[in-house]
Amino acid sequence: MDYTFHWRPVFRRLPELLEAGLLTLEVSVLAMLIGIFLGLTLALIKMSGIRSITWFATSWIEIARNTPALLQLFFVGFGLGAYGIHLSPFLIVLCAISFNNAGYLAETFRGGFQAVPDTQLKAARSLGMTLSQAYSRIIIPQVMRIVYYPMTNQMVWSVLVSSLGMLVGFHELSGATQFEASRTYRIFEFFAVTAVIYYIIVKLILGASKLIAWRFFRNEAG
Amino acid sequence: MEQSASSIQFFTAFQLSDIWFLGEAAGRTLLIAALSIPGGTVLGIFFGWVLSVSGWAGASSLGLILDVFRSVPLIIQLILFFNFFPIIGIPLDPFQAGTVVLMFYTSALVAAVARGGIEAVEVITRRAARSLGMTYWQDLRYIVFPIGLRAVLPAWTGVALGVLKDSALVSVIGYVELLRASQILIIRTQQPFLIFAVAGVFYFALSFPIARIMERLEQKWQND
Repeated sequence: MDYTFHWRPVFRRLPELLEAGLLTLEVSVLAMLIGIFLGLTLALIKMSGIRSITWFATSWIEIARNTPALLQLFFVGFGLGAYGIHLSPFLIVLCAISFNNAGYLAETFRGGFQAVPDTQLKAARSLGMTLSQAYSRIIIPQVMRIVYYPMTNQMVWSVLVSSLGMLVGFHELSGATQFEASRTYRIFEFFAVTAVIYYIIVKLILGASKLIAWRFFRNEAG
Repeated sequence: MEQSASSIQFFTAFQLSDIWFLGEAAGRTLLIAALSIPGGTVLGIFFGWVLSVSGWAGASSLGLILDVFRSVPLIIQLILFFNFFPIIGIPLDPFQAGTVVLMFYTSALVAAVARGGIEAVEVITRRAARSLGMTYWQDLRYIVFPIGLRAVLPAWTGVALGVLKDSALVSVIGYVELLRASQILIIRTQQPFLIFAVAGVFYFALSFPIARIMERLEQKWQND
């Protein structure tokens, strides 16, 4: 092995990398929030059983789940460009990941709603709760518990997928790393440090998720 | 853009023969998936077994390494290892490096699944098997494997389909699979919308049937 590792150029650029890490976090959290909103909408549409709109939800979900996230990203970034829609790298990544998240989360939510038996709603109603009370106090809390863990996974996935932003010129963590690496030719060193930063980000998300789960689910049996 | 008859034509539109070009590339996507998914699955089942029997020692060594593979974006792993192999004196071409990285990536995901499958089998059931005179390996083969497989088949399908799609990332280190082939075509045709749509159809055609078949199999097994 006649390769000498040079870590100094990387550490000199560490502030830039960490700042880019914040951008990664920002875009993936935003994409997650939009994904939750859209995913919930898609799940409700699909469960509504109204033919004229379920096809829309179904095709969104199946396309998002059965094509690579990278293809979806390129489609938003370059494909739409053919029709004169030119978005900034930030918006490209945000739209693509939101689209992807929504597809996966829709199925998660649908599964969550189906896992709560209909009788729960009937029981709540027969106890004199209004429909909105029954949903907000009986159904939603149970659904939340079921979908919480998959949602955490989706959040992690959101962070990991945002790394594809480097391929559409977005300077989040990966993009910034590539930029810095190409200036110094220390490709391995830069990407090794970036891998560590990603690992830490993911661990922070999982830790935060555990904390939130402890706060909200600790008093519930089961 | 308007083109006068006398101007040189730089770009030629998408034609039927290009479908064949993309089809071939889809074959290469399938090839890299067909190598790395089974390889990674076997390796992952072994890792999962090690994790389930080794307690904290395994969780803190092997578990940690596998955790890194799950927590770092695949694209970073690909770039990292593609640049690392030459450093340790084994330069791999994009196809080889891509296959190796995808295989280990798969194994890390499958290890978590396999471990879940092994732990889904109740200890009492396994004790019963042993007390009937089965050896440890017979217990694993005839009791744990069939029960655990049914428990985690959906999760494994998710992993396999995920890797099939993630193989698109191997294009980043220069292997010409489906996505890379579409990019090449776009340079010639300048029709990104159309070609990405066609590539999407190819991916869909690879992924969707597998998802449906596995769903069918799952339902069939539930009625057993």
